[in-house]
Amino acid sequence: MMHERALRGRTAVVGVAESDLGEVGPGITALDLVEQGAGRALDDAGLSIGDVDAVFSHSAFYGMPTVTLAERMGIRPRYSDSTATGGSSFLAHMRHASAAIEAGLCEVALIAYGSNQRSASGGLISSGQNHLPSYETPFAPRLPVSAYALAAARHMHQFGTTRRHLAEVAVAARRWAQLNPAAFERGELTIDDVLGSRMVSTPLTVRDCCLVTDGGGALVVTSAERARDLRRPPVYYLGGAEAHWHTGISQLDDVTVTAASESGARAFDLAGLRPSDVDVVQLYDAFTINTLLFLEDLGFCAKGEAGDFVSDGALAPGGRLPVNTNGGGLSYCHPGMYGIFTLIESVRQLRGEAGDRQVADARVALAHGNGGMLSSQVTVLLGDASTV
Amino acid sequence: MSAEIPGRAVELCIEDGGPHATYQALLEQHVLAFQACSGCLSAIFPPRLRCPRCGADLLTWRASAGRGAVYSSTVIAPRGQEPYAVVLIDLDEGYRMMSRIDDDAVAIGDRVVVAPARAGSETIPLFAVEGARR
Repeated sequence: MMHERALRGRTAVVGVAESDLGEVGPGITALDLVEQGAGRALDDAGLSIGDVDAVFSHSAFYGMPTVTLAERMGIRPRYSDSTATGGSSFLAHMRHASAAIEAGLCEVALIAYGSNQRSASGGLISSGQNHLPSYETPFAPRLPVSAYALAAARHMHQFGTTRRHLAEVAVAARRWAQLNPAAFERGELTIDDVLGSRMVSTPLTVRDCCLVTDGGGALVVTSAERARDLRRPPVYYLGGAEAHWHTGISQLDDVTVTAASESGARAFDLAGLRPSDVDVVQLYDAFTINTLLFLEDLGFCAKGEAGDFVSDGALAPGGRLPVNTNGGGLSYCHPGMYGIFTLIESVRQLRGEAGDRQVADARVALAHGNGGMLSSQVTVLLGDASTV
Repeated sequence: MSAEIPGRAVELCIEDGGPHATYQALLEQHVLAFQACSGCLSAIFPPRLRCPRCGADLLTWRASAGRGAVYSSTVIAPRGQEPYAVVLIDLDEGYRMMSRIDDDAVAIGDRVVVAPARAGSETIPLFAVEGARR
């Protein structure tokens, strides 16, 4: 059996795009946004429908997402993957696509997502009706926010983390968003604004929570060989890993340690890299606590030290570590499942196409996806041509 | 952990349906039930068919004393409603569950005790801070 390390550098992202973002208005469906993003990503790659032989997707809006999308676009794939691990799904799709391409199961993979949750309902639309008994919902938590709040409260209790530390994350995201014309929220935001905003589920305020927007996006992935002949500089897959330990937050043994500690360590090992090698970081910031937990779990700082690590604008433009350079789920876009946007922004940074928010000499990017209640964690490392 | 099965053995009067149906039927009798693995002696919650720690098909129903400590807490204050705390509780028998405490001053580490309450057509295991007036 081959070792997974053999996947390093064998596949590349050759096209990325977002659909229309923000509030697309009535009369636009989730599938419209998926198709729009997918079409634009193929245009970006200089490929057409006939080149695509694998489809990867997940949706909270309709069943059989790859089958539905393939019919819409006239794709007849020989490989189809609807892995559904919440917001992390699309990073799992990236790993699965890389393995499938290397194994010869397909050659050109389309990974696509879209949601019109803001225009359709104004609130989070989460995946799949659950017909199982719940050992959590009878107690009226506000899910998902209360699950993340329970992790935040425990982190504060155990490590002395403060609401100000959480607010640093929101302010840094906003400062990056101000450099991104596609971001939904670009107004001034201060630490005091965050601290003074409406409490949703203690210790998290409305400014500690991600946006509710419409939006979608897509990636095109193919073999490194084929990528060389395409129009965009290839962004290589260096390694990726998936982990999940629980569904409901009450079943995570230590709510201050997520399965990102496993996915991160594995992804770094596969890529032959360390956190200090990463130039630009995209973390799934559905809530401000996520960024703290993932910085620790992925090894950028020690467990319990993320509060100090993010202080004094350390994650903002010009700071210690460029995190969520698009503005993140907190200020740029969050249509319900944010994962694909961590990959899209990573690719843009590594291609040097990020405009005012471009990180100088970005060669290695880390994209990290989260799904459920801190449940599913997927880490992907990407690199430019100098890394392979 | 002492080498004995946690909790008190439950005399089951109801043995129809799956693990959740059994748990709920016991709750209706104000028994806060969990399962213990006779193989590895772990306390298991929520209820299921096999031990998720060792895989053994040896789960027995036990009654919790309904006491524990708050592991984490978040307060929610819906418009026009009294604020309440959604909590994670570490039960003394060695398992964790989510519950609600109708007291927004509850703190991590507080000792709590079960206070079953009606919610629609079912009983749910709310908790209260130990020694607090109900």
